[in-house]
Amino acid sequence: MSISITLTINGTRREIALDDPRVTLLDLLRERLDLTGTKKGCDRGQCGACTVLVDGRRVNACLALAVSHDGSDVLTIEGLSEGDRLHPVQAAFIDHDGFQCGFCTPGQIMSAVGLIREAQAGNDPERIREAMSGNLCRCGAYAGITEAVLDAQARLAGESRTAGDSQEKAA
Amino acid sequence: MKRFDYIRAGSPAEAVAAGAADGTVFLAGGTNLLDLMKGNVLRPDRLVDVTKLPGLDRIERRPDGSTRIGALVRNGDLAHDAGFARAYPAVAEALLSGASAQLRNAATTAGNLLQRTRCPYFTDTASACNKREPGSGCDALGGETRLHAILGWDSSCIAVNPSDFCVPLAALDAVVEIEGAGGVRSVPLVDFHRLPEGEPWRETLLEPGDLITGVVLPAEAAGFAANSRYLKVRDRTSYAFAVVSAAAALKLDGERIVDARLAFGGVALKPWRARKAEAVLAGQPATPETFRRAAEAALADAKPSGDNAYKIELARRIAVRALTLAKAGTPARMPALPASPFASPLGVAAHA
Repeated sequence: MSISITLTINGTRREIALDDPRVTLLDLLRERLDLTGTKKGCDRGQCGACTVLVDGRRVNACLALAVSHDGSDVLTIEGLSEGDRLHPVQAAFIDHDGFQCGFCTPGQIMSAVGLIREAQAGNDPERIREAMSGNLCRCGAYAGITEAVLDAQARLAGESRTAGDSQEKAA
Repeated sequence: MKRFDYIRAGSPAEAVAAGAADGTVFLAGGTNLLDLMKGNVLRPDRLVDVTKLPGLDRIERRPDGSTRIGALVRNGDLAHDAGFARAYPAVAEALLSGASAQLRNAATTAGNLLQRTRCPYFTDTASACNKREPGSGCDALGGETRLHAILGWDSSCIAVNPSDFCVPLAALDAVVEIEGAGGVRSVPLVDFHRLPEGEPWRETLLEPGDLITGVVLPAEAAGFAANSRYLKVRDRTSYAFAVVSAAAALKLDGERIVDARLAFGGVALKPWRARKAEAVLAGQPATPETFRRAAEAALADAKPSGDNAYKIELARRIAVRALTLAKAGTPARMPALPASPFASPLGVAAHA
């Protein structure tokens, strides 16, 4: 029995026929759509390597059945940059050495993007660490990750202020 | 993972009818169910997806002062709803102390109530477990029992309920709304989960096909908003289940306690309401001495189920600490950080 679902992935609407309801969003992205930026770490919701945004919210793709997310909007690490221009969170991870081996990094970055959208942590490093606790880094790059998230958040706030200023001037 | 049939329910009635068949389970957030299915701990024949059911994703303040949380409201959304967190701060604090941000964005209200124990003998399919296989025994007995029950257990099961959310819900007299074959009924949350009583495979009052549609907090529950806390001791500061936790809520008239609520997590197979302790607190001055007597009363019937006698004294101390922090006042911001109860001196509210 084939089940057909529709997903918008990184801005592109896709009709997908699933021959098996067991396919997780993670396996769909990696094994069937060749979007291998999203990583499979534990595959049990413990490490956060598979973090993607679904309808703007960060979730573990390994614990999401694709068939149950029919109609959703999915953003993965591949959809974050604009051409060659890195997203501010990506740029900040490079600037602050927010990784060593890089395996957890797509999940860390997507989680950070979700965290900044949630706007709950402010600029308190303790709150950033708490809000990022669902993403493990076995290299132990946590100090750089926290700095990167704080910096990216400030850059994004600056960008939206600048955008607001230019809108006001235009008006 | 065993292959299963997938059905998407369009209405609660359809879900109830489909859910009543043998081997059928409901799928909502899936954070616990899929994990257990991947480990072959659960092997359902059929999943009934309830995530698209209309109208169950709302938080409603009702004219009588009560609040109804729809079964599909995500844990993260509930905790971050400003009005809800103001009225029921201990519930928000408990939610934000559980799991990770990613899991809270997926996990639902009803799913949290129905999450399974994290007893490692339940999830290890090579071990005997009465919950997983009725009548097979309990390999946790005499095993690694550091995190197991100290209240309400028997030799059929010494596991604990892992929910944080359910602890303040139990303290605040929350009611579970259930739709079943016979219509809609309401059950107090404190009666919803069962103690093992020799048959720990029966975990809740739900009958086959029964669907949780919401959880209701009564109007009186908001009366504790100024002095409520949820305090959780874990093996690490974040993203871990409770070793012991407590929800404490006080109504104060100056230094005198008018009304008190106290419940524990991580101590029994259900969220543990400490009514004897509440009786000790009512009408008394809100002093360390009163809090200590309440903690003694709360744990009077506790006994270790193995290598976990330390949890009895830990629970007493967490109760005193939670009551002390509740008296000091609800923090302005949730979660109150630092998240570890060891992080600030006794009597100092952990305001960020």
